Amino acid sequence: MKAPSRVREMPILRVVARALVPVILLFGLYVQFHGDFGPGGGFQAGVIFAAGLIIFALVFGAEALRQVVPVVLTERLMAAGVLLYGAVGVLAMLLGGEFLNYSALDPLTTGHYGQHLGIIVIELGVGIAVAATIMRVYYAFVGRRPGEAQTGADPALDTGAGGEAS
Amino acid sequence: MPPVELLLMLLLIATVIVVARLKDLFAAAMLTGIASLLAAGLFVLMDAVDVAFTEAAVGAGVSTVLFLGALSLTSRREKQERTKILPILIVVATGAALIYGTWDMPAYGDPDAVIHHHLAPELIAETEEKIHIPNIVTAILASFRGYDTFGEVVVIFTAGVGVALLLGGLGLRRRNADGEEES
Repeated sequence: MKAPSRVREMPILRVVARALVPVILLFGLYVQFHGDFGPGGGFQAGVIFAAGLIIFALVFGAEALRQVVPVVLTERLMAAGVLLYGAVGVLAMLLGGEFLNYSALDPLTTGHYGQHLGIIVIELGVGIAVAATIMRVYYAFVGRRPGEAQTGADPALDTGAGGEAS
Repeated sequence: MPPVELLLMLLLIATVIVVARLKDLFAAAMLTGIASLLAAGLFVLMDAVDVAFTEAAVGAGVSTVLFLGALSLTSRREKQERTKILPILIVVATGAALIYGTWDMPAYGDPDAVIHHHLAPELIAETEEKIHIPNIVTAILASFRGYDTFGEVVVIFTAGVGVALLLGGLGLRRRNADGEEES
């Protein structure tokens, strides 16, 4: 265990983050699955979810977050989100419709159910891809080794990378 | 302009002027976050709540963190340089051209504006009965323009891959829990 940086020693930040992060993640899920009815959708949900996880990393360290969400997982989820979206389109084609024509997903009724299903699934794909991409970009930024100029770095600039810089 | 929006707009302008003049890059990064938060407030007042979500989460949140991450690799203060005239002239000219461009635009919320008479009435009237999705924005983005949105997701994916390749390639992945490179 390395010496914790100044940010991680602050009890107020730790307590507030502990209380806020689950609420932010829950709100992200709400925006994701309520997108048909209220404002929001996959993109907004993805950025809110990723922002909540990044707050966790800012307070408890990127290494702690990396144990929950490994870098490899973010890379796989980035691709999985795009593929999920594309798969809905291909599935619609296999069921006799055009690419991304969700009404074909439900040939028995007038298509309303298929539209609901298609939109929920593609929004999920968007959300997964966006959240994973933002996490991956964050990891790319905090994972860089500081150069020689870094000695005596300002602890106020801690973005969660401090725990692993040797 | 209503007073709250005027106040937010003035604060926004003041913030970006301070950002441009500051030499302390840490303060500048934090102020760009505040500028994004003010912009998100303006979006809420314009009833563009989903845009405000994104602006608050990405503009005020994530991108500020990324700025700080970049700053931790470099110096906290901008190098002292003489103020150059040409860049200021170009910025002012571009800004003036953009403001001149807005003179031809219809007033904000004008019900007679062309955009409200092209496809909008049809979409507002028929979306609900066509596909039973109450949120018209979601219906348009996810269903009617599913191709566009698919393209956008691919763009985001490509951006993530680009950053991963440029900044944090395999070195990040091979580093073990003790912070040592394995290879």
